[in-house]
Amino acid sequence: MGIIKTKNLVYNYIKRDEEEKIEEVSEAVKNVSLDIKEGEFVAVLGHNGSGKSTLAKHMNALLLPTEGTIWIGGKDSLEEDNLWDIRQTAGMVFQNPDNQIIASVVEEDVGFGPENIGVPTDEIWKRVDECLKAVGMSAYRTHSPNRLSGGQKQRVAIAGVMAMEPKCIVLDEPTAMLDPNGRREVIRTVMELNEKKGITVILITHYMEEVIHADRIIVMDEGEIVMEGAPEEIFSRVEELKKYRLDVPQVTELAYELRKKGVPMRPCILTVEEFVTEIMDTYRKHSE
Amino acid sequence: MAIILEHVEYKYSEGTPMETDALHDVNLEIQDGEFIGLIGHTGSGKSTLIQHLNGLMRATSGDIRYNGSSIYAEGFSMKELRSKVGLVFQYPEHQLFEVDVFTDVCFGPKNQGLSKEETEERAKEALSLVGIGESYYKKSPFELSGGEKRRVAIAGVLAMKPEVLILDEPTAGLDPKGRDEILGQVVRLHREQGMTVILVSHSMEDVAKYVDRIMVMNHGELVFNDMPKAVFAHYKELEQMGLAAPQVTYIAHALKDAGFPMKTDVITVEEAEEAILCTLGKEREK
Repeated sequence: MGIIKTKNLVYNYIKRDEEEKIEEVSEAVKNVSLDIKEGEFVAVLGHNGSGKSTLAKHMNALLLPTEGTIWIGGKDSLEEDNLWDIRQTAGMVFQNPDNQIIASVVEEDVGFGPENIGVPTDEIWKRVDECLKAVGMSAYRTHSPNRLSGGQKQRVAIAGVMAMEPKCIVLDEPTAMLDPNGRREVIRTVMELNEKKGITVILITHYMEEVIHADRIIVMDEGEIVMEGAPEEIFSRVEELKKYRLDVPQVTELAYELRKKGVPMRPCILTVEEFVTEIMDTYRKHSE
Repeated sequence: MAIILEHVEYKYSEGTPMETDALHDVNLEIQDGEFIGLIGHTGSGKSTLIQHLNGLMRATSGDIRYNGSSIYAEGFSMKELRSKVGLVFQYPEHQLFEVDVFTDVCFGPKNQGLSKEETEERAKEALSLVGIGESYYKKSPFELSGGEKRRVAIAGVLAMKPEVLILDEPTAGLDPKGRDEILGQVVRLHREQGMTVILVSHSMEDVAKYVDRIMVMNHGELVFNDMPKAVFAHYKELEQMGLAAPQVTYIAHALKDAGFPMKTDVITVEEAEEAILCTLGKEREK
């Protein structure tokens, strides 16, 4: 069993009228089974309302399954006694940085989590040091969070989650509100945590460029997993992605269009470097 | 007619030790019917700037003229200005507050003092402009998807019949298709109604695709104010400001550096495709 495993997971949002009678049931997640290995970097794509955030909220027991089971670090979230362990195994980072920061000084914000679970003071400071360093925010440790940029705030939020020493971080559109620089900072930080510290990362996003380095991409639609595979594989299915209201990075689209016009190209190009290599090959052949 | 800003300065907490310059000597002109992109990193002053355009914030010094008259002159109606320059804030769906979609959109024109019939007509027109059909009128805003809520919120501003529409990151948090839908509708408003549009965005790809002119803010100053191609040619400087160029611009530069002769002022996928095919075609002919 991986660090996160679900079996036939179902979640229904239930709307009730004034007399508490059920008025409408909408199935947000339908019969999802997946297994995420420790250390994996998994990206979840899907349009608004596809069920990806609902699924993510199960990963640290913010929501509990209507049917089926989810195990986080081997613990079933339906058993109440497991709640603390689960929340410590999987930390969550949300979209809006302003809603996640509570202290008036950066270092206190990062130390808030471990203090709450009774970590000894020396150990708290050690964790604060390490986590701020890991997200590249040590220089700001005594600053006020409201003076930071969006990307910096989001990195502080990540450090706050890191300080709980989770094995897994779930990020729900962490870059949606950021400018290009902020987006780059956050994604770089997340990738480093995954590569250097071996933390399992589950990244939910609408930006296709952010997921090209993931180990695996999961595409959701109408509460179900409809595509799953390595980035090269997923992004070679351009038409199918568009059907699910998604997109591909510009470089992939350009390569796809050129290939349609008869320019020899490998089927799935994800980076500018790959693209340049391919075009230069063709160009040299032509000029010979 | 136009909006003209002359030497506009804005200082937060003026006269205190906390004084900070949010806008510094901003001079610009926006003509009727233009489609303008406003970009800049978080904290660059773009939100402060747009709030000056409909008088929500008052410049510390300098002047703003709307259709020839200074908005700071005595007797100038700020109320009228605010209905002519419609501002759609970030995450406008957070501001939906009425019991149903239709009543929410009616709120603006009703407040302008229009009759019930006129108000309802305006609301219907505005909702149809953003592609929200009658089946939605009696729904609670909570029942809508993120993209739908946002379109209703935009309709709320359109119902006031603004001459200028300012949108602060209208696509944040939407999926790619939702992004295209909202922007597609904005383009239609611009083309069919001749509305002046100012689009604040963090997506360089979107800005490159849609706007006629880009204004770039950095540290409270207007640093670039030109056609998209000309602005993105400064991609290195944009990067230093926390911005970027569309990915295809980088591709063009990378290809050229590798010895592939092509023009580098491409900013959309279509342009890049054409330029690459052109070079490859010429090689083949030789």
